[in-house]
Amino acid sequence: MAETTSTGGSLAIRNLVKSYGSFTAVDDIDLDVPEGSFFALLGPSGCGKTTTLRMVAGLEEPTGGQIMIGAVDVSRLRPYQRPVNTVFQNYALFPHMTIFDNVAFGLRRRGAQNVRTKVMEMLELVELSHLAGRKPTQLSGGQQQRIAVVRALVNRPKVLLLDEPLGALDLKLRRQLQLELKRIQADVGITFIHVTHDQEEAMTMADTIAVMNKGKVEQLGSPVDLYENPRSPFVAGFLGQTNLLTARVSGQSNDVLTTDFHGVVLSMPTSRMAAKGPAVEVGVRPEKIHLADLGQAPVGYNVIDGTIIDASFIGVSTQYLVRTELDAEEELTVFSQNSAISLRQVGEKVSAYWHPDHTFGLHEGAWQEAEAAEVAS
Amino acid sequence: MTAPTLVKSAPVVSTPPARAGMGPGRWIRDHLVVLVGMIALLYMFAPILVVIVFSFNKPEGKYNLVWNKFSFDAWRHPCGASGLCESLVTSLWIGVVATLGAVIIGTLAAFAIGRHRFRGQATSNVLVFLPMATPEVVAGSSLLTLFLNLGIPLGYTTIVIAHIMFCLSFVIVTVKARLAGMDPRLEQAAMDLYANRAQTFWRITFPLVLPGIVSAAMLSFSLSFDDFIITNFNSGSRVTFPMYVWGVAQRGVPVQVNVIGTAMMLIALVFVIGGRVIGARRNRLK
Amino acid sequence: MSIAMAAGLSETGPGGVGPTPAPGGERRKLTPYFLLLPAALAMIVFFLLPLLTLASTSLMTGSLESGYRLTWHFPTYGDVITQYWPQFIRSFVFAGLSTLLCIAIAYPLAYTIAFKAGRWRSILLVLVIAPFFTSFLIRTLAWKQILSDNGAVVDFMRSTHLMNITDLLGLTQGRLLATPFAVIMGLTYNFLPFMVLPLYASLEKIDRTLFNAAGDLYANSWTTFWKVTWPLSLPGVVGGTLMTFIPAAGDYVNAQLLGSTGDTMTGNVINNQVRNFAYPASAAMSIVLMVAIVVLVIFYVRRSGTEDLV
Repeated sequence: MAETTSTGGSLAIRNLVKSYGSFTAVDDIDLDVPEGSFFALLGPSGCGKTTTLRMVAGLEEPTGGQIMIGAVDVSRLRPYQRPVNTVFQNYALFPHMTIFDNVAFGLRRRGAQNVRTKVMEMLELVELSHLAGRKPTQLSGGQQQRIAVVRALVNRPKVLLLDEPLGALDLKLRRQLQLELKRIQADVGITFIHVTHDQEEAMTMADTIAVMNKGKVEQLGSPVDLYENPRSPFVAGFLGQTNLLTARVSGQSNDVLTTDFHGVVLSMPTSRMAAKGPAVEVGVRPEKIHLADLGQAPVGYNVIDGTIIDASFIGVSTQYLVRTELDAEEELTVFSQNSAISLRQVGEKVSAYWHPDHTFGLHEGAWQEAEAAEVAS
Repeated sequence: MTAPTLVKSAPVVSTPPARAGMGPGRWIRDHLVVLVGMIALLYMFAPILVVIVFSFNKPEGKYNLVWNKFSFDAWRHPCGASGLCESLVTSLWIGVVATLGAVIIGTLAAFAIGRHRFRGQATSNVLVFLPMATPEVVAGSSLLTLFLNLGIPLGYTTIVIAHIMFCLSFVIVTVKARLAGMDPRLEQAAMDLYANRAQTFWRITFPLVLPGIVSAAMLSFSLSFDDFIITNFNSGSRVTFPMYVWGVAQRGVPVQVNVIGTAMMLIALVFVIGGRVIGARRNRLK
Repeated sequence: MSIAMAAGLSETGPGGVGPTPAPGGERRKLTPYFLLLPAALAMIVFFLLPLLTLASTSLMTGSLESGYRLTWHFPTYGDVITQYWPQFIRSFVFAGLSTLLCIAIAYPLAYTIAFKAGRWRSILLVLVIAPFFTSFLIRTLAWKQILSDNGAVVDFMRSTHLMNITDLLGLTQGRLLATPFAVIMGLTYNFLPFMVLPLYASLEKIDRTLFNAAGDLYANSWTTFWKVTWPLSLPGVVGGTLMTFIPAAGDYVNAQLLGSTGDTMTGNVINNQVRNFAYPASAAMSIVLMVAIVVLVIFYVRRSGTEDLV
């Protein structure tokens, strides 16, 4: 394969399937990753995200479907015939070679010119050129991680695959490297595909996220889109916390859909309803809810009255648990910014309100799936 | 928990200043272990010291059992005892050939068992252990019956075959362990970095498995060089070094045997320590 | 040298490799068989076939002059067992005792190297294997010298009256050489590293924070040892036991060099029979020995609950 520039670095996956005996790890997925984007595959362990990545890398043979890089179908090519490189989990740096030889490995295999210059340039990029003569075991975890990225990037792949690249690092270092990876991606402009189970990491770094669950893509979109308008209970639960109330659809006028929760009307934009049928669940994120003294909620909002049954002070915010007046089974979690002068007390009766535009709708029974997803995240 | 109980139990529960807190009983027990360990080491070295010391002896009669007089004679003429150096050369050659054979056959098999999936893999895994679980008398006498039945004359060839057979399992187990300890992602990374299968094997797999192969070879050589029981059944008229020692044991061991024993240990020590030093230096390279 | 062997043995647990070969064709499926072929052929021709020959030889009758023929003569087995049962018993008692002694001696040593040696660790490991670079026959002969009737060890045991106790136990007879004591000591000595190295390998793997955790949960060091260290080192104990017991039970060199004619073991008998061309009897003895060892090993491995070790 000749040296590649970053043209034709889009990735298209069509009807990709991978099964092991009767177990289907990746179940007929389609993905389109535009060239130059930072794309994340997010999901709990066993959701098929790593298998998908390994099929793109050529380390796993698809049971069916196509993988296209640019206009080329690479599905049946060997790993070393594909214009992709991988940053492995735990880095997989060759222990018997120096850092320099590790980084030069791919270039030498392809008979590239000016290996030394290219390697040193890349080492400069991550400010580790002084370690070129060391062995991998003499480097810290963060340094090894950077070398793993550089070893892949130096080959100027059309697509760079990152398999939980920050999983082995501590939180502080992870935050730092997230930003650094983002900077590198912006610098080199190569398509990055990043597999992670950490929703915060995915949201920080990626411009597009595909949320995967049980071998399927649940939802694809920008971090904001996924968070603000989850189209499935899994997405709602996996990315942050969510409140879900069981309600019935009562009407639709223009772009507004109204539902009935024990006689109270909760409305939302029609486009934000992901389910059909009369029985639905109405969702809202905890930080979107405000609390007012009972009966003092402003007009034009969705309002539910209730009693505070628990309050936890977390510094920047306070987390309240409000039991609704109309249904003792339903509780709302509310994240309230601590900008008020005094905190509300347990036992206080309040009106919880939020803007209809922050409301979304899911199918009946979604709360159970959302709860399971929240546990898995 | 009320305040008084907390205060009361505090001296017991809390950890008093670092080492003193282990208590004298623990201190003695800790060091008792070390003491017993050192006695064990002494036990292992006692006969070696005797061998070394008596390599400088000038015995009165033909039995090198009682200290008589310090002398370098035996060291100056290590081949002074008739037949000794011939047996040594025989053993060295057999060791080299058997090691080569066992390492080549065994490494191939280790790769098959450790790196591939195939029918009969579980059986192969168990079969590998069988020769190790066979007492040497049984292995030796059974090979002898085979050679006799097939009419193969005993000698150099039969010794080499016997040695390859008892080294084989150890080679397979050692190389397989090394393979198992290798991260499969390293090979995947090489493939990902444009190395084809042959390049991946020679640049990644082989160098990483090499230490295992080297230690398997050293092990094979020392097993072969030191074997007596199996060799004794299958040697015919060939005399290896252990067989020479066995033979002279009855009529008085020449001092040269002690010299060879001491020299063997020194050479092996140089190899082992040298290997470690090189390994350590490589790791410390900046 | 033998480090690799012993450590390798105990490391070979489950946890097989999961190689993910890239997409490949039919040819690749045959590769393992090609790789395995030489070893498999060697095993069949020079290990399994000899065992079969051994089995058939044990059922033959005849003499060296007239030749041996397969007559399915099973009574040979009865004969060798009735005639040589003391040797069989002695083989297993001597091997068992020396294995126990090996554990008793090797454990403190392995423990010291694993947990107490600090930076001396690798030097100690070299020291453990160093003696075994010298031919084991030479070392066994050196023991003969050490234990000789006018040696320091005998003097010491006589002057401290230790000898009276060992005499009473039937281990010594007013002297050390040519007694069961000498044979058991020789066996223990010769197979000691095969116990130390697996023990070391499994002790070394134990996470030290477990000791702190046990201490934190009110276990004193004695309890910590029996409840935490010992159970976790069992794979090493079992591995070492097999590596010690099996060769010890088949050994005849120690009995020959250090024992008297009253201390002979199965190996001595087999060796003598082969020297006297009594092939059917020696074959029958070998088969009995091997079956007995296999039965004992299976029983032992089952009891210790470490089947997945082998």
